[in-house]
Amino acid sequence: METPSRDIETLVHRAYKAGFVTELEADAVPAGLNEDVIRLISAKKREPDFMLEWRLRAYRQWLTMRPPQWAHVRIAPIDFQSIVYYSAPKSKDDGPKSLADIDPKLLETYDKLGIPLREREMLAGVAVDAVFDSVSVATTFKEKLATMGIIFCPFSEAVQEHPELVRKYLGSVVPYTDNFYATLNSAVFSDGSFVYVPKGVRCPMELSTYFRINASKTGQFERTLIIADEGAYVSYLEGCTAPMRDENQLHAAVVELIALKDAQIKYSTVQNWYPGDEQGRGGIYNFVTKRGACRGENAKISWTQVETGSAITWKYPSVILEGDNSIGEFYSVAVTNNMQQADTGTKMLHIGRNTRSTIISKGISSGHGQNTYRGLVKVLKGAENARNFTQCDSLLIGDQCGAHTFPYVEVRNPTARVEHEAMTSKISEDQLFYLQSRGLAAEDAVSMVVNGFCKTVFKELPMEFAVEAQKLLGVSLEGAVG
Amino acid sequence: MLTITDLHASCDGKEILRGIDLQINAGEVHAIMGPNGSGKSTLANVLAGRERYQVTRGAVIYRDADLLQMSPEERARAGVFLAFQYPVEIPGVSNIYLLKAALNAVRKSRGEPELDAMDFLALVKDRLQLVAMKEELLYRSVNESFSGGEKKRNEILQMAVLTPHLAILDETDSGLDIDALQVVASGVNALRSPDRAFLLITHYQRLLDYVVPDVVHVLVGGQIVKSGDRSLALELERQGYVGVAQPSTSV
Amino acid sequence: MNNPTPDTTTRYLNVMRTRNSAAREATWLRALRQSAVERFAETGFPMLQEEDWKYTDVRPIERAAFMPLPQDAALPAVPTAGQFRLDGLSGPRVVFIDGRFSASLSAVGPLPEGATVTTLADALNSQPQVLEAHLGRYLPADGHGFAALNTALLADGAFIHLGAGTRLEQPIHVLYLTTAGAALLLPRNLIIAERDSEVTIIEHYAAVGDMAYFTNSLTEIFAGDNSTVEHYRVQEENRAAFHVSGVHVQINRSSRVISHALDLGGRLVRNDLRAVLADTGGECHLNGLYFAADRQHIDNHTHIDHAQPHCTSREFYRGVLSGRGRAVFRGRIVVRPDAQKSDARQVNNNLLLSRDAEADSQPQLEIYADDVMCSHGATVGQLDEDALFYLRTRALGDAEARDLLTYAFAREVLDRVRLAPLRVRVEHRLAAALRERGALHEVHP
Repeated sequence: METPSRDIETLVHRAYKAGFVTELEADAVPAGLNEDVIRLISAKKREPDFMLEWRLRAYRQWLTMRPPQWAHVRIAPIDFQSIVYYSAPKSKDDGPKSLADIDPKLLETYDKLGIPLREREMLAGVAVDAVFDSVSVATTFKEKLATMGIIFCPFSEAVQEHPELVRKYLGSVVPYTDNFYATLNSAVFSDGSFVYVPKGVRCPMELSTYFRINASKTGQFERTLIIADEGAYVSYLEGCTAPMRDENQLHAAVVELIALKDAQIKYSTVQNWYPGDEQGRGGIYNFVTKRGACRGENAKISWTQVETGSAITWKYPSVILEGDNSIGEFYSVAVTNNMQQADTGTKMLHIGRNTRSTIISKGISSGHGQNTYRGLVKVLKGAENARNFTQCDSLLIGDQCGAHTFPYVEVRNPTARVEHEAMTSKISEDQLFYLQSRGLAAEDAVSMVVNGFCKTVFKELPMEFAVEAQKLLGVSLEGAVG
Repeated sequence: MLTITDLHASCDGKEILRGIDLQINAGEVHAIMGPNGSGKSTLANVLAGRERYQVTRGAVIYRDADLLQMSPEERARAGVFLAFQYPVEIPGVSNIYLLKAALNAVRKSRGEPELDAMDFLALVKDRLQLVAMKEELLYRSVNESFSGGEKKRNEILQMAVLTPHLAILDETDSGLDIDALQVVASGVNALRSPDRAFLLITHYQRLLDYVVPDVVHVLVGGQIVKSGDRSLALELERQGYVGVAQPSTSV
Repeated sequence: MNNPTPDTTTRYLNVMRTRNSAAREATWLRALRQSAVERFAETGFPMLQEEDWKYTDVRPIERAAFMPLPQDAALPAVPTAGQFRLDGLSGPRVVFIDGRFSASLSAVGPLPEGATVTTLADALNSQPQVLEAHLGRYLPADGHGFAALNTALLADGAFIHLGAGTRLEQPIHVLYLTTAGAALLLPRNLIIAERDSEVTIIEHYAAVGDMAYFTNSLTEIFAGDNSTVEHYRVQEENRAAFHVSGVHVQINRSSRVISHALDLGGRLVRNDLRAVLADTGGECHLNGLYFAADRQHIDNHTHIDHAQPHCTSREFYRGVLSGRGRAVFRGRIVVRPDAQKSDARQVNNNLLLSRDAEADSQPQLEIYADDVMCSHGATVGQLDEDALFYLRTRALGDAEARDLLTYAFAREVLDRVRLAPLRVRVEHRLAAALRERGALHEVHP
């Protein structure tokens, strides 16, 4: 044991000596990935040894893995050696200087979403001068939460301040060996959110990265860890309620949720990364591993997602139902327009007795979009009286798109009851005609019908998110008819 | 025929029946009335042996036997019949097959020979008249895509074929139009006899216009708060449950 | 160094090569076999890592290395063959014993003008041009190793041809009866229904004795314009048998194919049923019923390809699983671009009756056209508690009530079996299975 760890230490030390100091100042690491880069990332973040070792184990594992092929998507090969795995937070000089430098299309979108001018600047990455409310707002929140014992901070800060929690829970739901992208993330993740809600505490407000993202840019390998201790409750909103300008090609994030006995975590996402243009040029590859574990009795984890962006989305927010009577939920709306592809769904793993899961998935395909639901419901031998209900509906707009439904149902316990139903159909011409005959424009009619189709999912979103989500749908489906 | 003493029962840990005492003699028709959630259906289900309900205290003696110790089928064979409020649909099992299997199970336990196909069919056709039911329904799956009225008639048909000693009708009148109600009532009246007892569970008194009860009980909050003759039902109709229940609960 | 025993793939390839070098056959047939040999050499036996085989482990088949029987020995007498007749059906009967045609047990009888019912071996001699046009034409190029194995070594099976406008009222009963242990059997059937024709075929697999063997069958069905083909596959192999089947159907303009897959026997069973709706107005009905008890493993893969607009498909598969029985269902429906007005519905229900039974269900919709109505549903569950209680309040005993509900569950598929003698046979099998299973009540002690 001693030799390798000393070796690592020596290596780190040597790497550090070998000139990273100057590079630190230059804040430019050459593209590509090797152990030195990982050591650099860890060193820059002044991480404790266990983090570096964990990253290195992940990296070595990753070298033996290949990208998964089973998803129903076409992907141009990714050159992992051309990616820059570390760049320091951007200074305000890097970004566009004013809104005049921004792609007018993006501004148009903001306009439609009704986002205040100042926020638009921030979202578009315009280097806004110091006074921006949310920074102070974030601080205020943080202090208030701290009085209740709630920890809400950047992941890198948690590694420094709460190493015992990070060490205990990191990788306990998504191990570093999990899958190609999660393993890569484990090796190189830059930052993300950390939440800990102590026993019996009900977090009084919706936590959101929106408030944190201003403090530090999270980059493409985000890592989030949320722990709700016994009897705790937390609702977390991910991402941003408006489209983010982001030129990164690959996003490989990992989210881990841990709900202990009687705890409840609600995790909502509105994802609207850049989807590429009408011809399918550019756009984000959104390859995300999200998983929660209900570790105690009566724990509950609920995922709600509205996926309208990205060129390719590949994500399966899942719940491991270990505790007796624990509950897993997945509510999803996924929209693909133009050349977008989505392969998304969930996994519900029933282990404990009387575990329950609900899956509601609404897929909307238009343009040349390809939308796939892929879900696994697995009932293990000991999961007495497990129940699952799955409904997944697909709506097709236009004759060039595709909608696909691939559920996997695996039952090993005779007292389980698992029901899956799916329906795929065209958007109703009768409904569209009815609305148009009442004076609505074709696009508004589509938007209204689609919003109706998604209603059961939207009602799971926190209020402000639901409103944004509805607007986003309209924006995402632009050009779908006509 | 039936003696219920201090019966307490709960479902999922929630106590619903809180000490019921009831005595029903052969030949009598008792009506139990009560508002929603008073425990009417729970009482019916407990008497039929539904495992979902736990009896936590009390006793039920039926024809000198401990009813609570008997399985649902033993109760049925001993002559207890429950007409369900919501009869279940059973795809793939024909109505006539169920009637025959049920009747022969009852006859066998009574030490009677099974009926042959001819006698059985003759019996069923005779009883069909009683409930004015279309013969075609016999050959369909049990209750599957039956209308609400057809389901209730089907329950009465089963009762007429199985000739129980104690018939419990759980809101058989609910959701019926006046014609169907009269049909159901005349079916019940035709089966009234000195050695048979009825327990009618109902929300409204209108069934009692057609099937005149000997005793009326008012069930509120899992207890019988008042008992009386037919006029009690009419009083309920005028004053509502709150008005009638008041004097008793305030004691 | 010792010469290790060659693996089964190599042994099969050797058999294929020896056979092909000795055979004198038409060029097209040689080419068909040759490409199958190459495909088999490429794929070998399917592996668990393959998505299509992730729930079905065929290594026991590979390990057993069943070999084809010599073709020249005398056919065994089968005094009990009569048990496998379907009483009440008077149509043509074609019987194969251990994969070889039995003239004495078969009876084709008079047929209407335009109808041919014979063996594939006979048809290869008597009407090679029809075979050249159809044999092997309805198989996907990327088929699995078992299909390639069948084609590479195909020898005999049923050949049924209905000329244009020919209607055969009586169903044709094709019986494959196995008596020999350790045998590899490769039945190959070809059914051609030309336009406006109508035919019903029962493909029936059974065994005398409880020896292990391996049936690897392949059936191709061509349903010409405006034809109706009803196809039954009744699998009653013994509990030691391995059974892999492929049924490949092409459905042409306004034609209708009804398939019933009834799996009652076998130790390890895998069926691939693939229907292509190749022209407008086609209609496809797939019904399936499977019972897996003891340690039986039954895997049904179906694939319905809506390749053209205005076609309809209906699929209804149900399984009853007891003991350590395990069932796999994967039903894929593909709607191609431009296959507008496709109407597809699929349902798979599984009933788990014992602690150790398992069910895996994967209904799949893959849709590339927009003006469609497609749905699927899958359930895994147990008997309905409310129905059970209801029956018990009607004086039925617990065991009796359970049997009745199980039977009723299967009945909904059996109700679609139009041929009464066949329906009765399966009902009896089900009743016997319900009596036999001890595991049935173990769930609710």
